[in-house]
Parts: sequence; structure tokens; C-alpha cells
Amino acid sequence: MKTIHALAAGALLATVAGQAQAAEIEVLHWWTSGGEAKAASMLKQKLEAKGHTWKDFAVAGGGGDSAMTVLKSRAISGNPPAVAQIKGPLIQEWGEMGFLGNIDKIAEEENWNSFLTPQLAAYNKVDGHYAAVPVNIHRINWLWANPEVLEKAGVDGLPATWDEFFADAKKIREAGFIPLAHGGQPWQDATVFEVVMMGIGGGDFYRKAFVELDPEALTSETMVKSLKTFKKLRGTMDENIAGRDWNIATSMVINGKAAMQIMGDWAKGEFTAAGLTAGEDYLCEAAPMTEHMFSYNVDSFAMFKIDDEGKQQAQMDLASLILSKDFQSTFNKAKGSIPVRLDVPLDDFDACAKASRKAFDVASEGNGLVPSLAHGMAVSASVQGAVFDVITNFFNDPEMTAETAAKRLASAVRAAS
Amino acid sequence: MDNVIRRRTPGARMLRTGLYVLLMVMALVYLLPLVVMLLTSLKPLEEIRAGGLLSLPDSLTFSAWLKAWGSACTGTRCEGLSGYFMNSVSIVVPAVAISTLMGALNGYALTKWRFRGANLCFALLLFGCFIPFQVVLMPMAQTLGWLGLASSTSGLVLVHVVYGIAFTTLFFRNYYVSIPDEMISAAKLDGAGFFRVFWRILLPISGPIITVSVIWQFTQIWNDFLFGVAFAGFGSQPVTVALNNLVNTSTGVKEYNVDMAGALIAALPTLVVYVVAGKYFVRGLTAGSVKG
Amino acid sequence: MSQTDSPLPRSRAKAGRHSLSGSLERVLPRLVVAPSLAVALFFVYGYMLWTFILSLTDSGMLPQYDFIGFAQYTRLFANERWNVAATNLVVFGGLFIILCLFLGLVLAILLDQRIRQEGALRTIYLYPMALSLIVTGVVWRWILNPGLGIQSLVRSWGFEDFTFDWLVNPDMAIYALVIAAVWQASGFVMALFLAGLRSIDDSLFKAAALDGASLPKVYWRIVIPCLRPVVFSAVMILAHIAIKSFDLVMALTGGGPGYATDLPATFMYTYTFTRGEIGLGSASAIMMLCGVLAILVPYLYSELRGNKHG
Repeated sequence: MKTIHALAAGALLATVAGQAQAAEIEVLHWWTSGGEAKAASMLKQKLEAKGHTWKDFAVAGGGGDSAMTVLKSRAISGNPPAVAQIKGPLIQEWGEMGFLGNIDKIAEEENWNSFLTPQLAAYNKVDGHYAAVPVNIHRINWLWANPEVLEKAGVDGLPATWDEFFADAKKIREAGFIPLAHGGQPWQDATVFEVVMMGIGGGDFYRKAFVELDPEALTSETMVKSLKTFKKLRGTMDENIAGRDWNIATSMVINGKAAMQIMGDWAKGEFTAAGLTAGEDYLCEAAPMTEHMFSYNVDSFAMFKIDDEGKQQAQMDLASLILSKDFQSTFNKAKGSIPVRLDVPLDDFDACAKASRKAFDVASEGNGLVPSLAHGMAVSASVQGAVFDVITNFFNDPEMTAETAAKRLASAVRAAS
Repeated sequence: MDNVIRRRTPGARMLRTGLYVLLMVMALVYLLPLVVMLLTSLKPLEEIRAGGLLSLPDSLTFSAWLKAWGSACTGTRCEGLSGYFMNSVSIVVPAVAISTLMGALNGYALTKWRFRGANLCFALLLFGCFIPFQVVLMPMAQTLGWLGLASSTSGLVLVHVVYGIAFTTLFFRNYYVSIPDEMISAAKLDGAGFFRVFWRILLPISGPIITVSVIWQFTQIWNDFLFGVAFAGFGSQPVTVALNNLVNTSTGVKEYNVDMAGALIAALPTLVVYVVAGKYFVRGLTAGSVKG
Repeated sequence: MSQTDSPLPRSRAKAGRHSLSGSLERVLPRLVVAPSLAVALFFVYGYMLWTFILSLTDSGMLPQYDFIGFAQYTRLFANERWNVAATNLVVFGGLFIILCLFLGLVLAILLDQRIRQEGALRTIYLYPMALSLIVTGVVWRWILNPGLGIQSLVRSWGFEDFTFDWLVNPDMAIYALVIAAVWQASGFVMALFLAGLRSIDDSLFKAAALDGASLPKVYWRIVIPCLRPVVFSAVMILAHIAIKSFDLVMALTGGGPGYATDLPATFMYTYTFTRGEIGLGSASAIMMLCGVLAILVPYLYSELRGNKHG
């Protein structure tokens, strides 16, 4: 009898323990389109294979804008989701307000510090403890090109300096093509501007101006020169840029209407979807003067503080899955970025991804690894917004001079911080 | 009115033809967006990229509609819009019913049982029409949290009822105000109480304004996105949230035909309501609510 | 038509005062309205008060109650984007209301002429109100885009020099917004005017016809004055749509080019949510509500004072 009781007790304990492990967690994200949605559902399947349930809470729009609004209202109402896609300095803000949990346990178990770059890992830590897990590394300062268009225009290879760029642009115009495809939305304007600026000023200047927000840097000659070059770029674009989505601009390059585009490496997804091969049907090079620079955008999943042990386990399992070599490889191939985990081999990635990894190594050793301001990695949302306002207004106003814009930049940043 | 124009002179005839032409042209202008949406939803993607807005589809395809309904990705779920319809219905029906009922009772009490401060009450209630929803988002989130109704259908219904009462009260009050008091006083003389007068006398003749109120509320609540995305529980999100995920994806290939088909599917209930009940809408407005 | 304060004849009133059902009947109307009033007091006025309190704080991403007086308002008025947004509201709102009224009135007058297809036409003018702008936004963006829409269509018909690039022009973009907004709301105004026209007493027209008045004179002297109350209702509804315009801007221009088409509602959303500056956003919300009050209070005063019959 005793053995039966013991067995029964044991079985009961086992089921209870087993149930304590399987939990439901709500995951907030904005990956709603084809490739990304597939990647996210891959993650979901793996999580559910471990016995947990992934309650999908997707909110598209504004590159995460709507999702962040919803996150705020959920947090205020007292029931934030267990996991949310938050990136960059925003993770610190949420952590400082006490919303995020602590996943050091899994970080130590799997020794994350051994394969994550310290600079990138820092974003995911609050008070030295891991509270979020990074997923990928996007490079912003890419120049994409259609080799056929370049050939027809008599341009040999991609420009390495801005002078070369403008000279090439002239040839491309004369051949009847649009030199630079662009979408006139504030974040795209800011992306192109920061790429121009980091090329002309270098890594140290970029950090001073766009991370430390030093007013001297913001009103310096280098800044004025960058602004002037940026404005000149408008002459290399077509007239209908206003409001154009980034992927429409990419399709202009794909269709051979335009020669080049400055955009982060998610643009690869468009080329791949059109059946083109990197290096042959489309070219990728560092944007002019930014060969030794790597401007990064890292997506992360932040873990919210939760009392339920089962959910905490699910959060850890999710974090572990995200950083698993298998997922890192598959996901980043689909998304166009490179794995944030540095010990994942890139053998079956395309040529541009390999170039990205090489550039990353070079830039980390030098001082060219910089956070992208246009993509929310460098400063708070309010400063970023203020910069966007100035840059986009400067770009659209034929009368504003670069000197005025630089002054406005400094005062806007001051007002917003 | 019409006897002025209907004189059978050749001048009047020309005027009349001109009238029809003008109305037709205006009708075409108003129909333009709908036509573009319809045409785009029936074209394959290559045609959309290549062709003009108003070009007829070379190859008519309904695949976009099928995809929008059943297999488009709205997150990790790739089941289209179909699952969200019931969610929207379960939010809209109670909210419209409750807000209409309360509006009717309010309008009745404010106009047929004049008490001191009735006008002030009406003015205070009316302000609710004007408050922008973005302003309300955060405090409402906090309130729903206190009430334990965060992320639930009931919470969402509460929100829509709260902000619908202003409009429904406006409609019913303006309607009942122009109904002669003699009907009511006669009933009171016969000993009818508050609710009996409402039930027996006012409600039967309220058909037109009930239609106006229901149509208005249905449209507002069905088309709402902001409250739906912030306050709906998991698994009970309205169709506008799914549509937003379909149409506003930040990265990836934009399938415009699926987007348009999805938008038309999501708009179908409200369109049907306006087409079918449109004339009652005008009739309801005619019956007195319009006079301010 | 006027209503007296006491609908019951005197004897009945006397009896009512002394019976339980009488006093219940007096309380009941207030009881019925009370929940709605309570709801309004909390969810409308309470929230407005909370927003006002927040506008006096230094709140960032989430509400924080460290008070800094009216500093946010100073920041707001010094903010160039706010000034653009406020100006835009006046321009957009004014044009929107005037055009809707004009178009609505014209369409209503035309439709009132005993047209055979009145039902179908009325539905066609009215249906835009049924669609949310998230739904139609993309289409309007295409239609107004010079490369894809009207400009390219007209050019393809042979008019090579035709330009209609309002949407991408910072100075003209706000007018492009007006087009889409008028499309959406004018049908509703038409319905209001149609109802108003139909309720004008026929005898007035017969009298005018007897006097030999010409058509334009009939309209000018009789119809338009009778429609004054309708105009008031329409203006109220249109003003509330203009102030709340958020989906329209986000769907068509996202506030651009630059921030040339920003409106207070989108400004408030951007600063409160996207940029995590709740203090400033709340200040802008209060300014918006002040604007609403400025329109609503005079109207309510004239409406509820001047007529007991509504």
C-alpha cells in the first residue's frame, strides 16, 4: 500500500511539476509581413515544442510605433505582455521604471557573454542584469545598386566618395535613369543623412554628435558640410519622393528605373523576393566613405517582470531559443540581417551578409561601430523625433541653409533632452 | 418645391438634363476610390506594379480575396481576416444596443420630464462627442486596469458605450423634442408612469431615430482601431486590428491586391448597412432631429 | 412649440405631490439620466482634468507626477511644429467645413428635384462615411500621387503639362487632405440638408410661386433662411470631425512632407506616444480641447437658450 501511495504521490508531483513548466506567454511584436512572420512563427513552433503556448499579439505600423503605444497602455492598465519587442535605449527606459525581469539565469547557463559583443549586449542589460535578448544585427550604411543600369550609364563600380557619387549621378541622369531612389519619409531622410554624416565625420564625430549630443559637434563645420552634401543629394533623386515607402524605392532599383538606394540590409528581402542573387543581379557596397563603419540596428525581445514561475521558465526558454545557433541562422537568413551571435557560421548566407559580418569585425576593432540614430539605437525617442523634424524639414525646404539647420539641430536637441 | 422646375418648357427640359449630367459626374467622382479598390483587388501583383490605377484587370483573379479572407498573415497567425469578424460582432452588438438604449432613455427623460437643470445635463453630456480618443487612451487604460477589465471584450464594450452615449443622447433628444407633449400628457392623465409612457407611446414611433442611432454607432464602433488594439483581449481583437496588420506592415513585399481585398471585406458590413438602411437614415433625420 | 414646466394639470399635480408614486416619478427622470451623467463626469471631465494635471508635470514615457508649472505650455508655444499644426487646423478646418456645407447643400438641392434614381445617388454620396480612412487611405494616396494618380492619368490623355502634385508639395499638401476629407463627410451633410429641405413647408413655395418669384429668389429668400438650424448642426458635426482628424492625416501623408500636414491630433499622438513626452502631449491636448470649447460653448448657449422646443 505504501508503495502505491508513494507512486501516486510521485506521479502527482511529476504532473504538477510538469504543469508548472508549461505556461502561456503573450508575445508583442510587429513582424506581420511575409518573411518576418514566417520567422516569428518558426520561433513560436519551437517554443510550443517545449510545451509552452505562444499567444501572438502582433501590431503592425510605423516600424513598431503602434506596438509601443499599445505596450504603454497595457503597462498602465497593469497587465503588460510577458515578452515584447523593444529595442535600444528604450529597453533601459522600461527597465528603469521597474517593468522588466531578470534573465541572468539563462544568460549564465548558456554563457551569452562569450558570443555577444559587449557593446550590443549592454543594450539588453538593466543594472548589469540581462533583461532582454537580442535577435539580429542590421547594418544601415549600405548602398544597393542595379549593375545593369550602372553599365548602361557607363559607370564603373560603385562610388567610394561623395565626389565620385555626384559625378556618377550625372552620368546616370544623362543616360535617362534616376541616380538615387528614395522615399521621402522622416525616418528615411534621417537614415540617408546619418549615413552621409558618418562618412564625412567618421565614427568619433558621429558618436559626439548623435550619441553624446554635444552642441559643438552639432553646429560644427563637419555638420554643416554633411548637411550641404545631404541636401545636394536631392538633385540625384526624382520628384515624387514625398511619402514614398522604402520598398517602393527599392523596387525602382529592381525594375531598373533607378540606379542606387541607400538603405539598411532589410532591403535584401525585396531583392530576394524578386528572385535576384546578391553580387550578380544586385550589388551591395558600403555607402560612400563608410567602408570602415558599421551603423547597427538590433532588434530585441524584452522580458517583463512576472511572478508566475511557469511563465518565467517560458521566458527563459524563449530567450534560449532566440539565441540558439539554429534559429539565429534560419531567422537572419530570412530577415536580411546577420546573427547577433558571433559564433554562428555564415557559410550558407549570401555575399552581402558575409560582407556585413566582415565589416562588423573590422568596425568593432576600429571605432567604426556606431548605433543608428534613425533607427532608435542612439538616443531617446524624443531626441530622435526632434532630429527627424529638423532633418526632414531641411530636406524639404529649398530656402533653409545648412548653417541654419545645424543651429536648429542643436537647439531642438537641447529642447528635447 | 418641384413645381418650380417641373414646368414643361424646353428651357426646363435642358435644365433637367443638365441636372442629371451633373449628378452623374459627381457620382462618378464619389465612386472613384471604391472603383480603384475593387479593380486593384482583382488584379495580380505584376499588373498593379506595371499598370495605371483605373486600368481594367487583364487577368481577373479572385485569389487576393481568398487570401485576405483565409490565409493572409496577420502576425504569426496566417489565417486571414475571417477569424476576427466574430470578435468585431461580439463587441459591436452589445455596445450599439446598450448605447442606443441609454441614449433613448436619456433623450426621453431630458425632454418629456423636464426637471431643473435638464438643459445643463444635456450640455454636459454633449461634450463627450468632442473628446479625441488619443487623449483618453492612457487614463482609460489605467481605469480598466483598476476595474479588472483590461484586455477583455467587456472592457472594450464599456469604452464604446461610454463614448457613444453622447451621440445617441444627442440624436434621441433632438428627435423627442419635436414630438408634441400632448401625447405624453394624455397618457399621464390616464395614469401611465415613466416607463409605461416610454414603452407604449414613444418607442413605437422612434423607429427612424433608432435607425439613425444604430447606423451611426455601428459605423463608429466597427471602424474603430485605436481602442480595439489597446483594450481588446487576446483572441478577441476586432477586424480592424487584423486589417492594420495586413496593410501597414513595415517590411516585406506589399501585396496591394490582398490589402484592398482585405479592406473591402472589413468594410462590407458597414457598406451593407449604409446601402440597405440609407433611406431610413435620411428619413430618421427628416423626422425632426435635424432642426438643431 | 413650447413646453411648460409642469405637464400635469393642477389637480393631478397636487395629488402627485403627496403620493409615493408622484415623488418617485419626479426622481425617476433624474435617476435615469444619472448614470450617463456620472459616466460623463468621470470618463470625460475626469480624464480632461487628469490630462490637465499631466500637462503640469514633467512626464516622459509614462505618467510621473513631478510638477513644473506651466513650463510645458511655454515649450509648446515655442515648438515650431505645434504652430504649423495649429495653423493647419484653422486652414484645414475652415476649408473643410465651408466646402462640405457648399457641396452638401448643392447636392441636396439637386437631389431634391424629384430625381428618379434618388435612392441610388443618395447611397453613392453617403457611402464614404461608412468607410474608415485606414481603409481608403492607401487609395487616396495613390489617386493624389502625381506619379500614379490623377496627374499621370490626365497626362496620359495628352495634356502633357498638367500638374497636380499637391500631395508631395509642402505648401499644398494640406489642401490635398481637404479633398479626401470633403469626400468622406459631404454625403452626410447632404443627408442633413436633404432632410431639412424636405421639411420646409410647401405652402411657402406656393405663396412664392403665386407672387411670381424666380427660382434663385425662392432659394435665396426662403430656403436658405429656413436651413439655418441645419447649418448649425452640420457645422457642429463637421467641426468635431475636423478636430478629431487623425486617421486622415496618418493614412494620407503621415504628417508630411516633413511635418507640413501635421494637425493637433497627430501632434498630440506623436509627442505623447511615439516620442514619450506625455507632459508636452497633454499640454497640446488641453489646447485642442480649449479650441473645441471655444466653438461649442457659444453654439450651446444660442441653441439651448433661444429655443425651448429644440
